[in-house]
Amino acid sequence: MTSWDKFVDSFFNAKVAWEYLPKIIDGFWLTIALALCIIVTGLVAGLLLAVIRSLGVRPLNWLIIFTVDLFRALPPLVIIALLFFGLPAAGVTMDGFTATWLSLSFVLMAFSEEIFWAGITAVPRGQWEAARSTGLGFLQTLGQVVLPQALRMTIPPLTNRTIAITKGTALGSVVAVSEILGAAQAGVSFSFNPTPLTLGAFAYVILFVPVVILGRWIETRFAWKR
Amino acid sequence: MGFEDFLQAFFSREVFEQSWPILWQGLQVTLWLSLVVVPLGLIGGVILALLSTVKSRWVAWPLWCWVDFFRAIPPLVLLVFIYAGLPFAGFEVSATGAVALGFFLNTGAYYGEILRAGIESVPRGQMEAARSTGLTRWQTMQHVILPQAVRNVLPDLISNTLEVVKLTSIASVVALPELLFQARQAQSVTYNATPIMAAAVIYFILLWPVVRFLSRLENRQLSGRR
Repeated sequence: MTSWDKFVDSFFNAKVAWEYLPKIIDGFWLTIALALCIIVTGLVAGLLLAVIRSLGVRPLNWLIIFTVDLFRALPPLVIIALLFFGLPAAGVTMDGFTATWLSLSFVLMAFSEEIFWAGITAVPRGQWEAARSTGLGFLQTLGQVVLPQALRMTIPPLTNRTIAITKGTALGSVVAVSEILGAAQAGVSFSFNPTPLTLGAFAYVILFVPVVILGRWIETRFAWKR
Repeated sequence: MGFEDFLQAFFSREVFEQSWPILWQGLQVTLWLSLVVVPLGLIGGVILALLSTVKSRWVAWPLWCWVDFFRAIPPLVLLVFIYAGLPFAGFEVSATGAVALGFFLNTGAYYGEILRAGIESVPRGQMEAARSTGLTRWQTMQHVILPQAVRNVLPDLISNTLEVVKLTSIASVVALPELLFQARQAQSVTYNATPIMAAAVIYFILLWPVVRFLSRLENRQLSGRR
């Protein structure tokens, strides 16, 4: 066998690919489900924290800033390890999916809170004052005047951050979640052939290349006018 | 479970003292690894950013595909592919080699995008003015464009570097004995979550100043934009 044949047989083995394709497809859907859970939880929690922060209660704000800093400083895999391998010591056991979901949601929450907060503070004070003087309440001003303007500004950085954190779903493979990477690795160890990894890489490309391109487009479309 | 048990499980002084030597080794590897992969990624990024200034479509299209491909593939997938896949193709790679290559490809793409944005933020007139004084294209790049480009995107560069340092924790997956890996080892020996908690605290102490600094930098940038 020539080295080229050997290469093709290793990485593009049709028989192995056919056998493990269903597993990779299952992993594909699991990755999407996990990603959607993280995006929804992370962004909602982040927005909530930013809104609470805008109330201006000092001790509460310190707590929020500390939480945000904490999850910006810790590597996501360390948080996952802490939840999955550490928490059982406290009697709390969770499966890998939950651990990955919670960890990455915390991380996205932290990053998105920063971005939402930056957006809120970027809306000129005069807007607040004008809206309040027309008789709108605090929450009405926030919800109907400030946030619509703030959110628009936050879209480009938020998209990029969300994409980066969603790619962290691959970390779930470390705690036995059979998302794309987990399924691929299992396939490699059963078939002793790296073709499942090739399939996995393809799956990620199919999933994330459109997202990356979308992110690029959004970045130019909503670019901050300077 | 009482508070005492909780302390014993996560903040045991005895376990900490027992596992400190191995954690310390891990911390040194993490620092050393960061000192290797950050420059590697920066070198990759500068190359990509310089290539992006070439106005030929024969350069632009492959470059675009390269950058988007490596931004779409999760770093852990790339690392596993290099470490577990390449030996099948006859390339034996050490864990360190796999991490170095993976980070070069992945973080290079990110640094490249940031530096490209930086170069584009420098007005065209600068290039023309410098060229007209007799500087060559390369001299202009080196002495006029790049210094300004780097300054313009400094917050993004620092933020990406923070992400890269955090990302070194995925090297634990290929058994490179960095901080998280050693913490997991210590945990499995002591049957206690203290080492992982200690690793998290170490990461936090190490990276919190950077997060704080970044946060202030971002706020200043924001108020400058208003």
